[in-house]
Amino acid sequence: MTETTTRTAPDSGTEVVLPVHTDLLRLATAGSVDDGKSTLVGRLLHDTKSVLADQLDAVHRASADRGLQTPDLSLLVDGLRAEREQGITIDVAYRYFATPQRSFVLADTPGHVQYTRNTVTGASTAQLAILLVDARKGVIEQTRRHAAVLALLGVPRLVLAINKIDMVDFDAAVHERIAAEFAGHARALGYADDAVRTIPVSALHGDNVVERSANTPWYSGPSLLEHLETVPVAPDPFDAPFRMPVQYVIRPRTAEHPDYRGYAGQVAAGVVAQGDEVVVLPAGIRTRVSQVDTPDGPAPRAAAGRSVTLLLEDDVDLSRGDLIAAADSAPRVTDELDATVCWLAEKPLQPGARVLVKHGTRTVQAMVTELSARFDEQELVAVDAPDSLALNEIGRVQLRTAEPLPIDEYAASRRTGSFLVIDPADGTTLAAGLIGLPLAPLAAAVAS
Amino acid sequence: MTAEPQLDLPQDPVSTGAPPQVDNLDALESEAIHIFREVAGEFDRPVILFSGGKDSTVLVHLAIKAFRPAPVPFPLLHVDTGHNFDEVIEFRDRLVAEHDLRLVVSSVQDYIDDGRLAERPDGIRNPLQTTPLLDGITENKFDAVFGGGRRDEERARAKERIFSLRNAFGQWDPRRQRPELWNLYNGRHRPGEHVRVFPLSNWTELDIWRYIQREKIALPEIYYAHRRQVHLRDGMWLTSGPWGGPREGETVEEKVVRYRTVGDGSCTGAVESEAYTVDDVIAEVAASRLTERGATRADDRMSEAAMEDRKREGYF
Repeated sequence: MTETTTRTAPDSGTEVVLPVHTDLLRLATAGSVDDGKSTLVGRLLHDTKSVLADQLDAVHRASADRGLQTPDLSLLVDGLRAEREQGITIDVAYRYFATPQRSFVLADTPGHVQYTRNTVTGASTAQLAILLVDARKGVIEQTRRHAAVLALLGVPRLVLAINKIDMVDFDAAVHERIAAEFAGHARALGYADDAVRTIPVSALHGDNVVERSANTPWYSGPSLLEHLETVPVAPDPFDAPFRMPVQYVIRPRTAEHPDYRGYAGQVAAGVVAQGDEVVVLPAGIRTRVSQVDTPDGPAPRAAAGRSVTLLLEDDVDLSRGDLIAAADSAPRVTDELDATVCWLAEKPLQPGARVLVKHGTRTVQAMVTELSARFDEQELVAVDAPDSLALNEIGRVQLRTAEPLPIDEYAASRRTGSFLVIDPADGTTLAAGLIGLPLAPLAAAVAS
Repeated sequence: MTAEPQLDLPQDPVSTGAPPQVDNLDALESEAIHIFREVAGEFDRPVILFSGGKDSTVLVHLAIKAFRPAPVPFPLLHVDTGHNFDEVIEFRDRLVAEHDLRLVVSSVQDYIDDGRLAERPDGIRNPLQTTPLLDGITENKFDAVFGGGRRDEERARAKERIFSLRNAFGQWDPRRQRPELWNLYNGRHRPGEHVRVFPLSNWTELDIWRYIQREKIALPEIYYAHRRQVHLRDGMWLTSGPWGGPREGETVEEKVVRYRTVGDGSCTGAVESEAYTVDDVIAEVAASRLTERGATRADDRMSEAAMEDRKREGYF
């Protein structure tokens, strides 16, 4: 599916395969402390030749300084002083590697228990997540919690990497047992069986990371990288109804373009074409798209993910914060949000709190009218009706907004079904908000 | 939804009917344009940090595309170290004139001349940029500062958000970063604080070059192979200029070189290269066994955490 050109680099004598048309896979990693996640990511970068000589030299030097016998590949990715000093990963780090098949943007999220909020960050844009477990420990509380967050945030595909398979003598039975246990959990979270793949790996030695390993003859599937290169990717919801939050109004008012008035935004869902009937929300005005302008000039249509400028047939009053949507399948406009929130701040959520809600390109004042449930983080069953929600907790809230918002269910549209909860006092991001109850277990928990 | 929603979409060449494959450069371009428009919509006084290098040139190209056919609604800020390559200053002035941009210059030389900054014993001026940069931001009341930083450049940058909050001293605190969710960027800040914005966060060096090739973006000539008088220091080919010539024991040779990064002349090295065209450069970058900073930036070699330390101080 990918065209490539082969050419000889000057002076090197080596053949370089250059991708000329390649797609992009956004992925995230999650796992507990000491599962070897940094080593796995280091191994992926190293074995795809994404690590260059000076970086590798630095790792060799730093490993030797620490008295290590072999280079510690986790030093490739642990970037900050405190991390190297404490041997932990503090924050989401982004890694880039490419093969002739694909380019990858990898959000490497720390597994330390108090940093679960970072998993939410990494998962919010991921099309696939790699979840690591230690073959000696199997599926643990942290694994279930991470899987639940990934499911909640709507990450379409999971890979369970059973790491340190060398430490259990490449035992097929261990792999089988962990895979079966995880499959049950994933199914309960709503994942179809073909959306989850289990791969036995040794990040330290490279088994099944890039090359298939001779040490696991009982495993017939692809290596981790082969899977990442070939897994189908649906980058954005193309078949969903059209949505576009308006970011900016472009009005040149120049001699060349005296009357140009375009509404700039990134298509959040679906496809927009010249002549389409659209509705401008929250006002509810109907009009038609007279022109789809792209960064490269007018085009007949544009799909989700593309930044465009729309020109409309009628002279409507429209500004930043409004949403342009398919007229025959418009979102609901309401000032009452029923939502699931992942609380990301030290300061707990309390009913009655006044907050800001950022939805699409609009930020409005809001009040938390009710905190109706807190969900257990592993199974996502409702545990109680709490009086507050603390850091890393997931709950169900009702919010009343000062102005109506055009909203979709998160399960139907990630972009127009999500919002931020912001502290009006200091601007801190307090929570990730998802409209509705995006997972079947949540809905079941609330119903019971 | 129209009747035939996918009729004219780019089709996957093999499996028609599947979602259209989006070229990664299109995806990166759309993401960067989205970021530019968010900032234009939410901030009062944005500015683009412009060095004349390839990343900031790509940044300006994207800004032009984000707002076309209207002009770019914010100025450029160049922190001039005084140790520039002539070709870069000429290029800067040409670009500004051609696209009718506004340019603000903060000069390190002015700070040295009136005693606010002292020349370092090693003559390297990159670390001296921080004060003129922060003063330039404060004096002009810039509240959003676009930088060409990429996360693939360096380990500390890999941890930076696209919207990076800076305190009144321009400092970055990696432990106090906001979670960045979906493409909902939170740019709220208190008076005196500002936000650094990195639209090229997810681009790699190779992406930048492939985009320069695709969009036919002009760059300063020194990015391409040319003959130059150079001397070897710490494994880098330096050129003599206003920052001084070869030291004792360093001999001048003529080499065919090019620059992979453009920074202060005192610490930016050239690499031997026969890459005369953008196609040659792409082949060279794809085959290179050294990162661009490792190969050509003396200031990043100072310590294991050099970039992190400078970022904490308010550097880009």
